[in-house]
Amino acid sequence: MGLAMPREGFHKRIKELEQDVLQLGEMVITAVNRSVEALKNLDAKEAKRVVDNDVQVNKKRWALEDKCVDLIATQQPVASDLREIIAVLSIVRDLERIGDYAEGIGKIVLMHGDLPLVKPLVYVPQMAEKAVSMLRRSLDAFLKRDAALAREICAEDDAVDTLYDQAYHDLLSRMIENPSVITRATYLIWAAHNAERIADRATNIAESVVYLVTGTPGEMKVSRY
Amino acid sequence: MSPADSDNMEREIKIETDTLNLYYGSFRALTDVNIKIPARNVTAIIGPSGCGKSTLLRCFNRMNDLVENARAEGRIVIDAENILAPETDLIALRRKVGMVFQRPNVFSLSIYNNLKFGLRIHDMLSRKDEIMQAIREGLERVGLWDDLKDKLKKNAHSLTLEQQQRLCIARVLILRPDIILLDEPCSALDPISTLRIEELLRVLRRDYILVIVTHNMQQAARVSDFTGFMYLGRLIEFADTDKIFTNPAEQLTEDYIKGSFG
Repeated sequence: MGLAMPREGFHKRIKELEQDVLQLGEMVITAVNRSVEALKNLDAKEAKRVVDNDVQVNKKRWALEDKCVDLIATQQPVASDLREIIAVLSIVRDLERIGDYAEGIGKIVLMHGDLPLVKPLVYVPQMAEKAVSMLRRSLDAFLKRDAALAREICAEDDAVDTLYDQAYHDLLSRMIENPSVITRATYLIWAAHNAERIADRATNIAESVVYLVTGTPGEMKVSRY
Repeated sequence: MSPADSDNMEREIKIETDTLNLYYGSFRALTDVNIKIPARNVTAIIGPSGCGKSTLLRCFNRMNDLVENARAEGRIVIDAENILAPETDLIALRRKVGMVFQRPNVFSLSIYNNLKFGLRIHDMLSRKDEIMQAIREGLERVGLWDDLKDKLKKNAHSLTLEQQQRLCIARVLILRPDIILLDEPCSALDPISTLRIEELLRVLRRDYILVIVTHNMQQAARVSDFTGFMYLGRLIEFADTDKIFTNPAEQLTEDYIKGSFG
């Protein structure tokens, strides 16, 4: 009959925290994907569902932050335990902001109304796909404590920034050619901006993972935007 | 094995040990300890029971000499002098390097005489007014003067434990030491008294070099600027306190402070 390892209860709670982070990650990934589909199809009903669901994302964020504060107050975590809890606090905030950007795309759909899209949606879905891939892998890097993987993700932000440049210039020329599309083109610029921000937040998460693993905080890339 | 110790390069050092080994008979309590205590602020020594931290502390004022069968090898250099050398003036050493113990050990004398005792032993002051002045300063420094100024004739054992510990600190301060060694100074005190003594240490660190041994890691983290971790008689790691507690270099240090053993 063995003795329990010291602090088994505490380490169990940290593992649960990790699972909570992954759950929140899935929630916001779903929100991003659904919001982009809603924009592609100008599906106001789906957009409204994404917007309404953001409340759940926020609730989960606060619940997670609360757990982190409890652990700090009651368990006096140090070293890698402390860095993990601090990293979770940071990641949770980035995830919640990603949820907000998805909600923002949903709101753009609602504002857009019945008129057709200025152009078929090409850049936003591409940017969103890259951003979601970066996000999934940054959460994977978090789970596996993989700093090398996290660093790779930071380097991918440039590709998303480039797509944003292209989207912006494309929409700008359309607005110059045809001022009547300015409002709708602006909505698409906002949507592209949101997608770019999602990728940026994914790199923040990756930076938090590097901090967690190495104990050295720091910026790994400077975003163009 | 030399401890992970990258920040020490530019720091002025007050106490430095060179391959310090200490034996109690045939039992080797300290093995090849090379520690550099900085010449400022507070250094904490932490580690599990039996790791040698109190033994190391007692080396710094040769208190281990009082233990039968204790034998030290190597060097301990304080202000360019090896204090293990046989010609070392132990009385002078123990004035310069004062010690505060876990259980307050006030003498069964008046508060006044508790403080005067050390001055007499070290032939420090003879005039009554100078003695009184020194006693007043000592009590002021430890925050006892206002409470005790009209009670100096009272027996020191009538004080609370916290007051007794403060008096013990005053007894050390009155001799104008450079270094104050504290061996679990708050272990006998309740949590509030502990925090108050820690507050006193925060003030004292401006003027004295404090070396504190503690089994309370949170206390070490709160109170110290530098921390050394010991295990089985060896110094495993020595670094800035915030580095030890956020990102220690040695796995053993990390395991200990996270509570994985000990």
